[in-house]
Amino acid sequence: MTASAIGDVERAGHSGGSGGSTAGPYGKGGRGVGFRPPVAAYFAVLVWAVAAALTLLLPDRQDVPYTSALGVVAALVALAVLVLALVARVAERIRHWGPWLAASGYWFVFWEVSTAKTDRLSVPYFTSPQGLWEAMWNDHDLLVSSFLNSLRLLVIGFTLGAVAGVLTGISMAWWRRTDYWVHPILMSLGPVPATAWLPLILVIFPSTYSGSVFMMTIAVWFPVTVLTRSGISGVGRAYYDVAQTLGAGSGYLVWRVAVPAALPQIFVGLFMGLGSSFITLVVAEMLGVKDGLGWYIQWTKGWAAYPRMYGAIVLMIVLCAGAMTVLFKLRSRALRWQKDLVRW
Amino acid sequence: MVGNSVNGAGGTNGSTAGGEVAGRTVTVGGVRVAGVTHEYALHGRPLPVLDDLTLTIGSGEFTAVVGPSGSGKSTLLRLLAGLETPTRGRLFVDGRPIQGPHPSRALVFQDPTLFPWRTVRRNVEVGPQARGKLGEQRDRVGETLELVGLSAFADAYPSQLSGGMAQRAALARALVNEPELLLLDEPLGRLDALTRLAMQRELLNLWLARRFTAILVTHDVDEALRLADRVIVLSDRPARVLADVPVTAPRPRLTDEAELRVQRRHILDLLGAGADAWT
Ligand SMILES: Nc1ncnc2c1ncn2[C@@H]1O[C@H](COP(=O)(O)OP(=O)(O)OP(=O)(O)O)[C@@H](O)[C@H]1O
Ligand SMILES: [Mg+2]
Repeated sequence: MTASAIGDVERAGHSGGSGGSTAGPYGKGGRGVGFRPPVAAYFAVLVWAVAAALTLLLPDRQDVPYTSALGVVAALVALAVLVLALVARVAERIRHWGPWLAASGYWFVFWEVSTAKTDRLSVPYFTSPQGLWEAMWNDHDLLVSSFLNSLRLLVIGFTLGAVAGVLTGISMAWWRRTDYWVHPILMSLGPVPATAWLPLILVIFPSTYSGSVFMMTIAVWFPVTVLTRSGISGVGRAYYDVAQTLGAGSGYLVWRVAVPAALPQIFVGLFMGLGSSFITLVVAEMLGVKDGLGWYIQWTKGWAAYPRMYGAIVLMIVLCAGAMTVLFKLRSRALRWQKDLVRW
Repeated sequence: MVGNSVNGAGGTNGSTAGGEVAGRTVTVGGVRVAGVTHEYALHGRPLPVLDDLTLTIGSGEFTAVVGPSGSGKSTLLRLLAGLETPTRGRLFVDGRPIQGPHPSRALVFQDPTLFPWRTVRRNVEVGPQARGKLGEQRDRVGETLELVGLSAFADAYPSQLSGGMAQRAALARALVNEPELLLLDEPLGRLDALTRLAMQRELLNLWLARRFTAILVTHDVDEALRLADRVIVLSDRPARVLADVPVTAPRPRLTDEAELRVQRRHILDLLGAGADAWT
């Protein structure tokens, strides 16, 4: 990340272990002198201990299972935070997340008390933490397979779209003739939401699955192509001059000069593509493949099985946020040379 | 005054090589610029930059080029590197016409233009990698980094370098290809006075050891006189050769030697920056 010399200087400055703290407009948080106890984390331990006590001691007014197990889980959270706060190696990170750990304890108390303990938010529209867990556990086979199907469709569709987009963008920026023919198509058909093609795709494609993959592919392809093309067109002539005087051929110029130079823009396209692939995924599953989390949400809503629907939504959050995190991690690796890269 | 084009720099001619230092005769890297005129298009109209320029530079010779800003010095180097084709006239290296860039002719650009996504070491590796020789020449990359004093910063990114360090990295990137013709476009322009002197010495030692042909564009007349076998003075745009001054003083040179002082005044006068300009 930094030159080793610079890293040494930074590391010499504090003894509490590194990581977690972020540089930027807020300053270098937590880079103090000596060890400072993570106060907010200790407070979070208290909040979660209270949450465990409330869960275990207050009587349930809703008919829910697993209450004592849930209380034990809350107690374990309190214990885990306490232990981590005392381990010097992760103290910095725990300090950073301390306020959030406390806040999530508040949220848990509110949720548990307003549903299971007082029945203010009642079934079928709302569900308690243990009710959500019960719904998910009872249907875990279907939920897991739905999750995996969504993941598969997302990975296949996004990968195909990203590869196609990068290749189209490169060839448009590199060959005038390709640009002449592809640009009008890109600009007229590209902005149409991929889901608008659904009826047509269902007719044309041999299976709804291949049709859904295609729909995802074009949803990703459009933004990736536009940004790859503009990124590569914007690469300064000087870079090519340097590479050419050093003996580079056209393959080197494309893959080792143009693409790395355009990579920041290409990643912007990939993020936009990922966003539209989520939307397309849900629509494709609801109307097309009749499988995956999108379909599961639609299906459970149909007969008012709200707790199970919430369970699918939780998994949907895991899927989308997970995919975003993976892409951000990839970007942080690929663009670690950029001075002030915003990290995920 | 103008190098005559009959005395070609073809492979047969080794006599113009500057002195017999190091005793190694080199027969490559001789340059001939024959009646080159170059125009750029600026706002749709031709902008003449070089005007019927004719030069011969012997192989192994160290030539400095000075001239007013915007006169076309960088353009001349770009033509020699093969990055531009002249509007009229021809350029030869070892008697062969220049038809495009070639790794045997290295250009150190006025801007360092390092690739920001590569570390210093990976920037220096570009040449060997582009020629598909990275495997066998990895040692050479390390040696070249050592030479320019950047070993400690091999893993730093260009955004973490100072201006002078970036220029040294750019120099290393050109040197690693072991060029026959080294074209230097104010490569020391951003260095402080002390580092500049040290780098001049390094450059000179390098040239004495390897005897490539060197063409150094510079604004600094002292630098030109300290390093070069000859100083070519270009006129304002469109550039013609105003003077071709041989520098025969033995190296190492100190620019306060009497002979060099006279030459320095002569060149500054030609550039319009002599004693007259101050009164
Ligand atoms: N690509 C280009 N298109 C149009 N005009 C150009 C281009 N490159 C250079 N010129 C013009 O050619 C002239 C000579 O430029 P050049 O860079 O060769 O000057 P120079 O002698 O190197 O100047 P300096 O000492 O300031 O670096 C300048 O007037 C510049 O405006
Ligand atoms: Mg210049």
